[in-house]
Amino acid sequence: MRYLPLTPNDRQAMLAAVGAQAIDDLFVDVPESGRLSGAIAGLPMHASELAVERHMTRLAAKNLSAGAAPFFLGCGAYRHHVPASVDHIIQRGEFLTAYTPYQPEIAQGTLQVMFEFQTQVARLLGTDVANASMYDGSTACWEAIGMARRITKRGKAILSGGLHPHYVSVARTMAKYTGDTLVTSLPVLGAVPDTANLIGQIDDETSCVVVQYPDILGRIADLSDLAAACQAKKALLVAVVTEPVALGAIKSPGEMGADIVVGEGQSIGVGLQFGGPYVGLFGCKEKYVRQMPGRLTGETVDAEGKRGFVLTLSTREQHIRREKATSNICTSSVLCALAWSIHMTLLGEKGLRQLAALNHAGASAAAERLRQVPGVELVTPTFFNEFTLKLPKEARPIVRELADRGILAGVSLGRLYPGEASLANGLVVAMTETTTAEDVETLASALQEVLA
Amino acid sequence: MSAINQSGWRPEMTAGERSDGATFTGNRALMLDEALIFEIGSLDTTGVDFAEAPKATSRLGGLERHRDIGLPGLSEPEAVRHYTRLSRQNYAIDLGLFPLGSCTMKHNPRLNERMARLPGFADVHPLQPVDTVQGAFEVVHQLAHWLVTLTGMHSVAMSPKAGAHGELCGVLAIRAALDAKGEGARKVLLVPESAHGTNPATAAFAGFSVEDIPATPAGRVDLEALKARLGPDVAGGVITNPNTCGLFEPDMKAISDAVHATGGYVYCDGANFNAIVGRVRPGDLGIDAMHINLHKTFSTPHGGGGPGSGPVVLSERLSAYAPLPFVERQGDKFVLIEEETAGEHHADSFGRMVSFHGQMGMFTRALTYILSHGADGLRQVAEDSVLNANYVLRSLEDVLDAPFAKSGPCMHEAIFSDRGLPEGFSTLDIAKGLIDEGFHPMTVYFPLVVHGAMLVEPTETESKAALDQFIGAFRSVAERAKAGDAALKSAPHFAPRRRLDETLAARKPVLVWKAPAQAEAAE
Repeated sequence: MRYLPLTPNDRQAMLAAVGAQAIDDLFVDVPESGRLSGAIAGLPMHASELAVERHMTRLAAKNLSAGAAPFFLGCGAYRHHVPASVDHIIQRGEFLTAYTPYQPEIAQGTLQVMFEFQTQVARLLGTDVANASMYDGSTACWEAIGMARRITKRGKAILSGGLHPHYVSVARTMAKYTGDTLVTSLPVLGAVPDTANLIGQIDDETSCVVVQYPDILGRIADLSDLAAACQAKKALLVAVVTEPVALGAIKSPGEMGADIVVGEGQSIGVGLQFGGPYVGLFGCKEKYVRQMPGRLTGETVDAEGKRGFVLTLSTREQHIRREKATSNICTSSVLCALAWSIHMTLLGEKGLRQLAALNHAGASAAAERLRQVPGVELVTPTFFNEFTLKLPKEARPIVRELADRGILAGVSLGRLYPGEASLANGLVVAMTETTTAEDVETLASALQEVLA
Repeated sequence: MSAINQSGWRPEMTAGERSDGATFTGNRALMLDEALIFEIGSLDTTGVDFAEAPKATSRLGGLERHRDIGLPGLSEPEAVRHYTRLSRQNYAIDLGLFPLGSCTMKHNPRLNERMARLPGFADVHPLQPVDTVQGAFEVVHQLAHWLVTLTGMHSVAMSPKAGAHGELCGVLAIRAALDAKGEGARKVLLVPESAHGTNPATAAFAGFSVEDIPATPAGRVDLEALKARLGPDVAGGVITNPNTCGLFEPDMKAISDAVHATGGYVYCDGANFNAIVGRVRPGDLGIDAMHINLHKTFSTPHGGGGPGSGPVVLSERLSAYAPLPFVERQGDKFVLIEEETAGEHHADSFGRMVSFHGQMGMFTRALTYILSHGADGLRQVAEDSVLNANYVLRSLEDVLDAPFAKSGPCMHEAIFSDRGLPEGFSTLDIAKGLIDEGFHPMTVYFPLVVHGAMLVEPTETESKAALDQFIGAFRSVAERAKAGDAALKSAPHFAPRRRLDETLAARKPVLVWKAPAQAEAAE
């Protein structure tokens, strides 16, 4: 077996050295009834690289990959071009096969990257500080709600109807067991997000308002008034960003007064990967840092006065604080954070702004083209690279029909909000730099045909 | 900082070292320091070329970002060099033995990386119509099948993102099962003192309170103490098996039976499944839920702290409460059971834990790993990991205190304590001494039940020669401590950094980079 270095002779010599006759002697603590005699049912014996590669390649070929079709899906996961050097660097064994940097003297590579990542994330989100990553956007969002509860000592969170329904669903699961009250609503297929409505709901029990920016339909709204309204009631504003590329074009939530900003980082550096692994972004105002979940890297000096980095403020964390920790998170998503950070470094301010401009211009053109399809209406007057169309009939079967024609047309709101008649005709369409004008034309004419 | 020495520091060398020659750059041949991107990049440098954006009407609603964000860029050659230099300041399993107990740092097969990058897996969107992603669902389904088979359990929840997230999944399933029976009053989870920190943190995160169960002198759960505490307020127990002392819990079935008899559930922390994969099925020991760290037993890379993946296998009693979504085979098609369809098939689910369907990139790697090893290879994994650990234990027990060595063999981890180290020398010194020998240290000061614990998990992917070298180095460092070698107190001497001031980092946290003028103003 190619991954196991011990030879039969080694095993014999080592058994003798430990005073055992046979390997079973080392498993004496396992009661007879718990031992599995013989091979695992149905699992073949070990296989060559070639044989396994053949099996996996056959499975992969059953999927229609995004690159093989005109592709318009978003809603929390976006297809951007990732520069070749990103994957090259993250496959360096020193990054790929390192553990959490518990021994900082021999983990400065990972630690410095984490420190750079924290700084990049904080600047992009407009927060004072950021942590070294969470699992993904949805879990980061729940952690922010929990953090707001600890800070305000209140248990009512108001979730915008524009928040990704999976994020709402995750919060709903957790709130059942933590006792938080969640105020939720469905998005309305209209031009204006629910900001005014949210402001009206804030009361003295409110721990936080959670709002997505741009929201699930793609709309963008100024958060300043909402932030002020939260502050007036001593509640926190939690902003959720599922498409961080947008922040290369529009003001950051932190700039508009959000207290905690969380996000799904996938769209920078991390591919679609059918939903994971992704990378959760988590930033907040400096005064709340001791209530943050997750790992933090801090700057310090070594015994010779050289600058170095260490994991810090660990007294928030489970391995020190156990049941009093701010979160149970341990392993997070550092390799994806590395990919994120490399991609962001390659882009830089200039590249990010160009990328954002390209996305926005493409989406504007696509929205103009698609609204010309008879019966199709553009619902969202403001958007970044993702907008919502209202079709003259239910969108979900249309998306399936277009998929049969080899077009991945977008996300139907029927998929995200099954059974909601008011949303059934909604189709969310995302445009990135990877989608071409020809793709848009293909979609427009196919859409016209299937609607006819 | 000068433009030439861009590393931001000038090493102060001792007189002895200076005679070797201080260098102009501060570097030492292949020991290359690297400045931060904020010190070397600029706002108008980029490593990506784009076509010019066509002119279009802005739809940004007047929220254009005008102010600088402050994100420095590097050209591709600068970026590749920056990260390559940084990578060389990391220890990694690719460089040598990485015996972190409880972490299972084994070789990561590169075939797994290649498979995860096939466009059919890497470049598919989670919300594509299900007919266009049948192969992806088949991967999830096949992996799920093998995880259930290997553990002898009833079902598996695939979506949890890491071990601690898996714990949360299992504990929520227990909560949901109790609530369904109208037993909401069961609020206490019993957790051994030797448990991972995530266990009590998870229990608290899910609204349980936690009580410790003591360990016996032999390093096992005290069955009698556990039995004595069971009652109508106890929801169950969270047991790690093999446990964090590297020992199998021989009373596991009796523990499960006792917990079940009083109406509770048994959660097993599966972090140490590597020791028993293919030889023991947790389902045969009465376990109700156990997470499997795919990034440990099934060797998906740790990547400096994740991503992980923590599928949770469930007993029949808990299966109905498993989280959404999951993949089901219906005839020759795979379907995704989500909120929409759950009503009919899976009404008792406790709900969703993540957006989308879990760590697909880890599933492809883990399935590749399982198929590569096969039934014989996986069993050999457990046997070799246990043999390697026992070899380390017996080779060092004469020089280091091994608190449980007399009671019999260990599983895949050998544990030592700081007993017998002379006054002034600690576990930390041994760990730092090992760094100078070219090894990553073992897990230190965990589990808490062993004083100054040193938990060594060599894993099965180490050769006998590598183990012999590690044992020799460990012995040498221990002997230096016993001889009172003062140089050990200031180790490491040869790493990219000397001991780092963690107190300073925590007292005056600097968590983001600020330009020097900005940083001064802030003080």
